[in-house]
Amino acid sequence: MDTQPRSLQILLIAGLVALAAFPLVGEKFYIQFITKIMITAMFAMSLDLLVGYTGLVSLGHALPFGLAAYALMFVTPENGAAGLWRSLAAAAGVAGIASLVVGLLVLRTSGIYFIMVTLAFGQMAYFYVHDSSYLGGSDGKYIYVRPVLEIAGWQPFNLENHVDFYYVALALMAFVYVTLRVLLASPFGRVIAAIKENEHRMQMLGFATFRYKLVCFVLAGMLAGLAGWLTAAHDGLVNPEMLSWHQSGQLLMMVILGGMGTPSGPILGAAALKLLELGFQGVTKHWQLLLGGFIVLSVLLIPRGLAQLFEWRRRG
Amino acid sequence: MDPVIFLIQVLNGVQYGLLLFLVASGLTLIFGIMGIINLAHGSFYMIGAYLAFSLTRLHGNFWVALAAGVVIAVAIGAALEWLVMRFLYQRDHLYQVLLTYGLILIFEELRSLVWGDDVHGVAVPQGLDFSIPLTDNLSYQTYRLVISAICLAIAFGMYWLIQRTRLGMMIRAGAVNREMVQSLGIDIGLLYRLVFALGVALAALAGMLAAPVSSVFPGMGNQVLIISFVVVVIGGIGSVKGALVAAIAIGLADTFGKVLVPQIAGMVVYLLMAAILLWRPQGIFGKA
Repeated sequence: MDTQPRSLQILLIAGLVALAAFPLVGEKFYIQFITKIMITAMFAMSLDLLVGYTGLVSLGHALPFGLAAYALMFVTPENGAAGLWRSLAAAAGVAGIASLVVGLLVLRTSGIYFIMVTLAFGQMAYFYVHDSSYLGGSDGKYIYVRPVLEIAGWQPFNLENHVDFYYVALALMAFVYVTLRVLLASPFGRVIAAIKENEHRMQMLGFATFRYKLVCFVLAGMLAGLAGWLTAAHDGLVNPEMLSWHQSGQLLMMVILGGMGTPSGPILGAAALKLLELGFQGVTKHWQLLLGGFIVLSVLLIPRGLAQLFEWRRRG
Repeated sequence: MDPVIFLIQVLNGVQYGLLLFLVASGLTLIFGIMGIINLAHGSFYMIGAYLAFSLTRLHGNFWVALAAGVVIAVAIGAALEWLVMRFLYQRDHLYQVLLTYGLILIFEELRSLVWGDDVHGVAVPQGLDFSIPLTDNLSYQTYRLVISAICLAIAFGMYWLIQRTRLGMMIRAGAVNREMVQSLGIDIGLLYRLVFALGVALAALAGMLAAPVSSVFPGMGNQVLIISFVVVVIGGIGSVKGALVAAIAIGLADTFGKVLVPQIAGMVVYLLMAAILLWRPQGIFGKA
């Protein structure tokens, strides 16, 4: 990955500072709203690793996300809190194993067929959860207490507090961002970028491309699981809609809208869609009309996504 | 299973499959010929059903309403192609996905503005509102048989149009090599507009035919969209014949899944799809 345009770097640092300072001035509603955006942004970044960098367009990314959320519900006792590390390990583990099994099968296909097979597995998981009474069926289940981190009787933060939760989400978002950037700048990242360009050539050069793609698929699944764990903890409930294709589809829209294969594109896309939704909802009951119009116009007028708007220096 | 019940399930499965075929064939034509992934295709099915609801109220006769509805759908399709779609031919599939996703939101909200958010019903056309008795207490709705017959007739009509007419020849040629067709003096823009309008009309027609047997409700397009994509991909993208075979297979799998394995009924169709694609990644009739 080459260096980012300076305008984007400045914007990123300014954004980080603004995000860190926001809870000092913001109301509770907006603090929780931005927490949700940051979680969604993490989810979108994990998908962009597949779509934008590896060239694998998944329409079933809600699967690891939703299963991780259900894992948190499963390990949370009836009237107590789950341990943070234990529940996080369970969530990431379930998401990772599910992605490994699905990945072994779906990575045999490519192109639009890959899109459809990932959709098929996503739908299978959706209907399984939807029709299983021990998972709460179509209503889902509540998680009454958020996970607790305790180190020798000391709690560094309390997730029940919305400001603490905000900073945890911010730290995790920064963690995911940095992890992905480091990964993509590494030799491993160069290989997957080359696989996206020309997989055949990489095979001829002796790279086991299937394994590289599988690692990406599992890693993206685990990061999606992290987002699923956070979402379930934040909302205090899980339901089958977390696994639905709408979830996968909307996420894909965020990645495309923001700009595929750009480090900050998914964050911009997630924030833009969520903010527009909130803004348009304030204007009219029929806000989807405005959002749909915005999406149509953005495709026609901003061909490479929102991140392109900050790239003017590169052109010319 | 009792043979009469078995027969009823087969008829139901085939009828559902044939309706899916109408939607999926438009989708596969638009993809195969124009190279466009159209997520908004399910919206045309929904619009068709709502048109059937309004037009039968306006004019009592269902068949007159159907004809008027098809004309309106063709007009919508042609207008949409001219306004939006023609800017997408050279773009990456993912931007087509994003734009047509935006169209879904717009159509869904326009539906809410024009028709509201209530569930409606459409009466079975006069003269067909009876059932054929099979045994003492089992019977089969005549209108469902009529749906199957109409869909089959359309399937044959499409085969004839694409394989046996001059227009069909141009359409097939346009799918293979756009520039070549253009340099032979054929207006490819007009051809594409025609294909798109035809696809929209097929989806709307399916919605209109389905309206009397299912209710007319918000979000009905999205349900159909996903399952139609499943049909298109299983059959092989761009293959109308594949869409027909896959649609009937999916219709039967769905119907029998609900009867035989009710606890995993929702998963059956997707299990079938995953199995077929892992065995033949390009679909049954797809070219490798």
